[in-house]
Amino acid sequence: MSKPKFAMYWSASCGGCEIAVLNTHEKILDVDANFDVVFWPVAMDAKYKDVQAMEDKSILLTLFNGAIRNDENEHIARLLRRKSQLLVAFGACATEGGIPALANLSDKQSIFDTAFNTISTENPNHILPQTRWTMPEGEITIPEMYPVVKTLEQVVPVDYYMPGCPPESHQIAAVIDLVIQVLQGKAELPPKGAVIGAGASTVCEECQRARNEKKITQFVRIQDIKPDPTLCLLEQGVLCNGPATRGGCGAACPTASMPCVGCYGATDGAMDQGARLLSAVASVIDARDPKQVEQILDGIPDPAGMFYRFGMSGSLLRASKDAWKG
Amino acid sequence: MQRITIDPITRLEGHGKIEIFLNDEGDVANTYFQIPELRGFERFCVGRPVEEMPVLTGRICGVCPEAHHMAAAKACDAVYHLDPPRPAKLLRELLYSAFYVTDHTTHFYALGGPDFVMGPDAPVAERNILGVIHKVGLEIGGKVIQARRAGHTVIEMIGGRKVHPCTSIPGGLSKGITEEQRVEIEKLGRWAIEFAQFSLKLFGDIVLSNKAYVDLVLGDAYMHRTYSIGTVDANNKVNFYDGLVSVVDPEGKRIGKYAPHEYPDWIAERVEPWTYLKFPYLKKIGWNGFTDGVESGVYSATPLSRLNAADGMATPLAQAEYDKFYNALGGKPVHQRLATHWARLIELLYAAERWVELATDPEITSDNFRAIPTETPTEGVGIVEAPRGTLTHHYWTDERGILTKVNLIVGTTNNYAPISMSIKKAAASFIKKGTIVSEGMLNRVEMAFRAYDPCFGCATHSFPGQMPLQVTVRDARGEVVEVLKQHC
Ligand code: SF4
Ligand code: SF4
Ligand code: SF4
Repeated sequence: MSKPKFAMYWSASCGGCEIAVLNTHEKILDVDANFDVVFWPVAMDAKYKDVQAMEDKSILLTLFNGAIRNDENEHIARLLRRKSQLLVAFGACATEGGIPALANLSDKQSIFDTAFNTISTENPNHILPQTRWTMPEGEITIPEMYPVVKTLEQVVPVDYYMPGCPPESHQIAAVIDLVIQVLQGKAELPPKGAVIGAGASTVCEECQRARNEKKITQFVRIQDIKPDPTLCLLEQGVLCNGPATRGGCGAACPTASMPCVGCYGATDGAMDQGARLLSAVASVIDARDPKQVEQILDGIPDPAGMFYRFGMSGSLLRASKDAWKG
Repeated sequence: MQRITIDPITRLEGHGKIEIFLNDEGDVANTYFQIPELRGFERFCVGRPVEEMPVLTGRICGVCPEAHHMAAAKACDAVYHLDPPRPAKLLRELLYSAFYVTDHTTHFYALGGPDFVMGPDAPVAERNILGVIHKVGLEIGGKVIQARRAGHTVIEMIGGRKVHPCTSIPGGLSKGITEEQRVEIEKLGRWAIEFAQFSLKLFGDIVLSNKAYVDLVLGDAYMHRTYSIGTVDANNKVNFYDGLVSVVDPEGKRIGKYAPHEYPDWIAERVEPWTYLKFPYLKKIGWNGFTDGVESGVYSATPLSRLNAADGMATPLAQAEYDKFYNALGGKPVHQRLATHWARLIELLYAAERWVELATDPEITSDNFRAIPTETPTEGVGIVEAPRGTLTHHYWTDERGILTKVNLIVGTTNNYAPISMSIKKAAASFIKKGTIVSEGMLNRVEMAFRAYDPCFGCATHSFPGQMPLQVTVRDARGEVVEVLKQHC
């Protein structure tokens, strides 16, 4: 009997998700033993024409990472959706937009104007890339960049969500194990639409730092203090996204004396990670006078970027007004 | 005009494309190597707090986030006018050395190496890491996994995470290492030295003792006489983490060295309307098109360029290999692009030796890994050598340390012009009037890329080892005559 088919693909991605999968080391051999890996550019000879030629729904499982940044990303997302039974939005970019989605706070024109007019760029004629260009020998083309970065589910239906930037290798290994058990009839798949490879609660729940009822009177930047290594960072005035971020990473960043930056996205039941974080922040602010509150909040210099660092596309905000205009 | 589209990515990943135009005689008239994506970090990082840059810019590339993490941290130091304490620099460089071992290992065994180990004309299905393992034995496969794991263990210990480290901040790091960790790191490093020596021996046995490969390396199809750049220490030895950027001309003469903040005097970037990526060149020489020679401002920034731009390696075993390399190839500089694979292995050995040097430095476990800012932040440049070329981060902030402007010149971008030239030359060498475009030709065009270890993760995220190629041959009316595909 032939083995079920597995695929992994990167769209507008940094490649870190693929490296995280490779970092499961010997688990890759389990994938190889249990699946027919039909498409995975990072690890093997991916045959794209074979994917196209495959019957619809003939791939059992596709891990799709990277955001949807241009028309080509969308084209491939649609193709893989058609060919796959289970499509997993893999990593922060595919699930929520990731860091690339911070571009949604700018309009496309200013992104171009900035990139092609930097201090080291010699561009006296203000040339910008064009999707079609006629050279002496003929016309050549490049894909059309979208005005806003989208998540995978904003272009095709998604079956499961696997957050993290990238998802932790031990979480990936656990998901691989689960799917193999399902194939062997020893376990069942979680309900469609579930978040997999992550914790159910928050990063705070996994964090070893001591939490008290202490209130804060100012926010501080990480470079300006030597934080107490045993005490909650938020209590020390460092903006930590832990209270509004899904666990699963073992609180990697706070353990390394850095605030959680929120890469695992919102927790179960939270509609919006940034809003949740805002309420967590509000609850630790020790002030009643509005002026004083404002002063304390001044210590958060970039609320949009800090509350929605990995989740702009999937958030209630989605993008700035200017970005929507294109 | 006949057109051949080599389309590695548009129909697969959407990250890269080559157009080859043939003249009426059937010879190559011109080629265009297009980069189809732009993410806009230089725009969207503006308004963010500068200390976030080591974390944000890691997401430019998940294959080499450590390079962005380091360049960003150094730019942050400069923005705050901070000189981190020595233990902080040692720790960062230790993380970075372990990263180099991991990264160069991946390239040699999984990406570039298979062309040599298996041979350029080996069947497509064998020209990959599995083919290599079958040919040289399972034991080596185990060693490769172990080398990658060793590097990632160190990266996680110092950087807090395996992919996208998080601990470097303005003035140093958020944490140090314990003596227990140090012992483990040293042990892994000693093993890495053996692994690097083993890899060099393997290269010698398989490539250098095979006349056909040596001829391919030394032949004209992969030769470009460009300028070379690379970071060097105070003794002009190769350094990945810190130093001045040395610039040598195609004859090997050093025309100068620049400090990070002087880069705008040396490097300029050209915009073309048909691609999203810019073409850097030497400003003092000027842009004279995609051409070789002293008059052309085109430069390269690769392992080979770093060796050309330096006077040697700072560790003894790597220095011995450096001497062997130039003796074998007829002295400095070396311009045969395929020799970059050999240069990469010499760097692998250097990185492993440096790893152990740093892990045995008495200050490496010191608690003094932080400097706290006292001055108003302004502007700063940070430079490191990414495996794929000199990486420059330049930030401007307001007095609160909020970014007002950002400029980045990433590793692979440096090599955009020479890669384009190599593609053209390889295409012109193999596609001639009357020849039938064969699969072997496709792989030889691929080899022109691979020598550079291009990481379009920074720009397009294609994966060079599995570069999917499609060649569509059309006649003068645009009708498709033949479609050849590889990895796609
Ligand atoms: S989720 Fe993170 S690791 Fe994965 S592609 Fe996006 S930026 Fe890279
Ligand atoms: S806020 Fe941050 S530091 Fe505090 S407990 Fe939560 S995760 Fe830990
Ligand atoms: S602590 Fe936060 S930012 Fe760090 S890995 Fe975990 S979820 Fe991601």
